[in-house]
Amino acid sequence: MHLLSKETNINFVGIRKIALAFSAILLLISAYSIVTNSLNFGIDFTGGTMIEVGYPQAVDLGEVRTILEQGGYEDALVQNFGSLTDVLIRLPVIESENMAEISNQVVALLQSEQTDAVEVRRVEFVGPQVGEELAEDGGLAMVYALIGILIYVALRFEYRFAIASVLALVHDVVITVGFFSLFRLDFDLTVLAAILAVIGYSLNDTIVVFDRIRESFLKMRKAEPLEVINTSINATLGRTIMTSMTTLLVVVALFVFGGEVIHAFATALLIGILVGTYSSIYVAGTAILLMGVTKTDLMPPEKDEDGEVNPDGSQV
Amino acid sequence: MNRYPLWKNLLVVAVIVTAIIYAMPNLFGDDPAVQVSAGRLNSVDLQLVNEIESSLKQAEIPYKGVVLEENRLLIRFSEADEQLEARELIQQKLSSEDYIVALNLAPNTPAWLQSLGAEPMNLGLDLRGGVHFLMEVDMNAVLKQTLESYASDIRILLRDKTIRYTQVNVENGVLTFGFREAADRDAAIDEIDREYNELEVVIDENAERPTVTINLNDTIVRETQNLALQQNITTLRNRINELGVAEPTVQQQGQDRIVVQLPGVQDTAQAKKILGATATLEFRLVDFESDVQDAVNGRVPANSELYYHRDGRPYLLNKRVMLTGEHVINAASTIDGQSGSPAVSVTLDGKGARIFSNITRDNIGNPMAVVFIESKVETQTIDGEEVSVRRQIPEIISVATIRDQLGKKFQITGLDSTTEARDLALLLRAGALAAPIDIVEERTVGPSLGQENIDQGFASVMIGFALVLVFMIVWYRLFGAVANLALAANLVLIVALLSMLQATLTMPGIAGIVLTVGMAVDANVLIFERIREELRLGNSPRASIDAGYSKAFSTIADANITTLIAAIVLFGFGTGTIKGFAITLTLGILTSMFTAIVGTRMVINLVYGRKQRPKLSI
Repeated sequence: MHLLSKETNINFVGIRKIALAFSAILLLISAYSIVTNSLNFGIDFTGGTMIEVGYPQAVDLGEVRTILEQGGYEDALVQNFGSLTDVLIRLPVIESENMAEISNQVVALLQSEQTDAVEVRRVEFVGPQVGEELAEDGGLAMVYALIGILIYVALRFEYRFAIASVLALVHDVVITVGFFSLFRLDFDLTVLAAILAVIGYSLNDTIVVFDRIRESFLKMRKAEPLEVINTSINATLGRTIMTSMTTLLVVVALFVFGGEVIHAFATALLIGILVGTYSSIYVAGTAILLMGVTKTDLMPPEKDEDGEVNPDGSQV
Repeated sequence: MNRYPLWKNLLVVAVIVTAIIYAMPNLFGDDPAVQVSAGRLNSVDLQLVNEIESSLKQAEIPYKGVVLEENRLLIRFSEADEQLEARELIQQKLSSEDYIVALNLAPNTPAWLQSLGAEPMNLGLDLRGGVHFLMEVDMNAVLKQTLESYASDIRILLRDKTIRYTQVNVENGVLTFGFREAADRDAAIDEIDREYNELEVVIDENAERPTVTINLNDTIVRETQNLALQQNITTLRNRINELGVAEPTVQQQGQDRIVVQLPGVQDTAQAKKILGATATLEFRLVDFESDVQDAVNGRVPANSELYYHRDGRPYLLNKRVMLTGEHVINAASTIDGQSGSPAVSVTLDGKGARIFSNITRDNIGNPMAVVFIESKVETQTIDGEEVSVRRQIPEIISVATIRDQLGKKFQITGLDSTTEARDLALLLRAGALAAPIDIVEERTVGPSLGQENIDQGFASVMIGFALVLVFMIVWYRLFGAVANLALAANLVLIVALLSMLQATLTMPGIAGIVLTVGMAVDANVLIFERIREELRLGNSPRASIDAGYSKAFSTIADANITTLIAAIVLFGFGTGTIKGFAITLTLGILTSMFTAIVGTRMVINLVYGRKQRPKLSI
C-alpha cells in the first residue's frame, strides 16, 4: 500500500508559528497543572502501603471502608481495581507502628470481619525514606539520560542539533507528565520507566529527521535552510508515520490486554509516542531553524567522520 | 552485487538455529515439585531418594519422577494437590534440622536440550508470585555495639595499668572516658594510643572534668559496618533455609541494605516475623540478695538491673550476662517431660558449655533467669522527618533454680505455645542478627495475580506481534513479509538471550518485549522507505536495494544508539522490576539491528539477488 507514495510536500516549517503556538499552549497547560495540581504520586515515591485484595464475589466498597475505619485506618483509600471483585487499598505512612506489618494486619482484619476467602493479590510497601530515594533517583535518571543524549547528538551532529533534540524531548516529557497531572492519573515507578522509554523513542524519531536534514544540507547546496528542513521532514514522513503506527499498535495491545498493573505504563507510552511523533515533525526542525543552522555549519563535516562520507553526502 | 557470500548466509542461519535451540526450553512449561535440600550437616543421596520414593508409594501419592541434582532432590508431580500432600508427608518424615523441604517448580526441559545447557528463563516474582523485601541494617546500632565492646576492652586495659577513671559513656557515636586528674587522663591517652592505634583519642576541652573522647576512624567504621552486613546476610540465609523456600535470593544492595526474594512464599506475616526477628536470649543469675520492691521504686543496686517476667512479676538480675544465644549450635522444640509444657532443648558450643558449666557449678541452689530480648521498630516524626525508632523489649521467660552443674545440653521452659517454642528454636539455630534490620520495602505478588500477569503479558506480546505482522504485509507486501520473518527471528533471539543469560523476566520486561516488537520494524521501515525513494528517483531495483540498505544504516545506528543510552540509564537507575524493562529493551534493540539489517538483506538477496531486473514487491 502506498498511502504516501508520491513525495509529499507539506509545508511543515511554514506553519511553524501555528505549531509553536500549539506546543506553547500544551506546555503552559501542563506546567500550570503540574504546579497547581502536582502529580498523583504513587506510594513508590511517597511511601506507604498498597494492598490489592480479591473477593470471591463483588464487594461493597462502603463496607470495606467502614471496616477499615473502625479498625483504625481512617486514612485508607479504597477503590475497585480492574474488576468489581478486586479492591485496592492505599494507606499513607502511618506513625508509631511497625509499618512493614500494616498490610498483614489489614488483611487479617478484612478476613476476620468479612470472609476468609479474601485473597491477597498484591502488596506493596515502601518506607518513607525509600520513596524519597526513588523519587530522587528517578529525577536523576531523567537528567542523566538527557545529558547522555545531548553529548552523543552533539558529537554526531552539531551542538545546535543536540539542543534542538533535547528541547523536543523536554517538550514531550513535560506534556506527558502534564497529562498525568491534569487527569490525576497515578504516577508510579512504571510510569517513570515509560517516560524514559518515551525519551528514547521520541529521540529515535528526531534523529532520523536530523540525519536527513544533515544529508539534505550537503546535497541541496543552493537551497535555503527552511526549504532543506521542509524537504527532509517530508522525505522521512512516511517512515515517521509508519513507525509510530507499528509502535502505537503494540502499545494499544499492551493497554487493552496487558492488565490493570501495566495500565498506567501503557498510558504514558501512548501519550508519549503521540507527542513524540508530533514533536519530531513540528518541533525539532523548527528549533533547528530558529537557532539558525545554515549549510556552512555542516559544510566541513567533522574530521573524524570524513572517511565515511561519500561525495554524494550519503554515509555507508 | 546483491548477493551475500556463503559465510554470511551460514552465519545468519547458525545464529537463528542456535537461538531457536536455546529459546526452546521455554515451550515445555514446568511441573509442580517438592525440593529437598540438605541442611548444614547432611547431604542428599540415593538412600534418601529410596526412602522418599517408598514413603510416597506407601501413601499412594502419584509422582512423575525424582531427580537427584548436586545438592538437592526434586520430586515432580502432575498436580499441585499432590505436591502439597507430598510436602506434608516428606516434612513429617524428615527432621527439619537435617533437611529443607520446599515447594518448587521443575522445568520440563527435555534431556537433549539440557545436555546443551539450554534452560528456560527465570520468571520474576511478579510472574510466579512471591515476596520481595528490601531490608536496611541499623548501622547506628552497629556503631554503638562496636563502641561498647571497645569501652569494655579499654576499661580492662586501664584497670590493668591502674589508671583510675570515673565514668564511661557511649552516646551519639562517641565513647567518652572521664577522669579525676588530668594526669590520669594523659596516661590513659598514651595507653589507648599504644594499644589501639585505629582509634582517634582526643581531649575534650569543653568538659568540666578531664575527659577524653574516642572516635572510630573511617576505615574501622566501614569495616565493622560491612562485617555486620555480611553477618546479617549469612543469618538471613540460614533463617530462610529454615523457612523452607526454594531458590531464595539474598543479596547486598548498597552499603546498608539487603534484598531478599522469596519465590512462592504466601505467608508474609510469618516470613516478616522470622526474618526481622532480632530476638536473642540471655542467661543471667538472679540477684536474690537485694530487695526487688526497692528497685521497683527506683533504687536499683549498682550491679543489677530490673526486668519483668512475662506474668508481670519484677526480678532483679545481675548486670553480668552469663551467656548469650550466640553460643547455641543447635536447638529444637520439644515438650518438657516433667510439666508437659512446650520447651526448647539447646545444645551449646564448646566455649559456651565451658562457661555455663563453670557458672552453674558455682551457683547450685541459686536461681537463674532466661531473658528473651526482642526489638521492635516504630515510625515517629522528629523535627518533621519520619524516622524509625527501635525499642528493645526484654522479657524474662523463665526463672529456675540451678539444681545441677549444667553442661552442653539443657532445656529452656516457660514458653507460651508450641509455635513460640518452634520459632525460638528456629531463631537460635539460624543465629542472631549482628545488627537489627528493618523492612523498608515490600512487594508481594499472590500466585493468582502472577499467573494472570503471565497470561496477559503473553496475550499482549502475541496480539501486538500479530497486528504488526498484518500491518507490515499490507504496507510493504513481499518486503513486509521479509521484515516479519526478521521480527519473528528477533522475538526468538530475545527469548534465547534471556534464557542463556538466565536473566529474570518480569512484567515490565514483557512490556519491554512488546515495545521492542513495535520498534524493531523501524529499521526495516527506514530501509524500505529508502528503497521506495530510490525507485522513485528512477534507479534500478538492484541499485535501489543496495542504496536503501547502505543509506539507512547510519540513521538506524544513530537512532538505536540514542535509544540504547536511555535504556542503559534506565538499567543503572533500575530498582528491581524496572531493570527487567531495561534489559529486554536493550537486548531487543541489539537483536533487532541484526535481524532487521543482516537478516532481511539475506532473504531479499536470496529472492532478488540473481535476477537481472527484478520487479520489486514493495
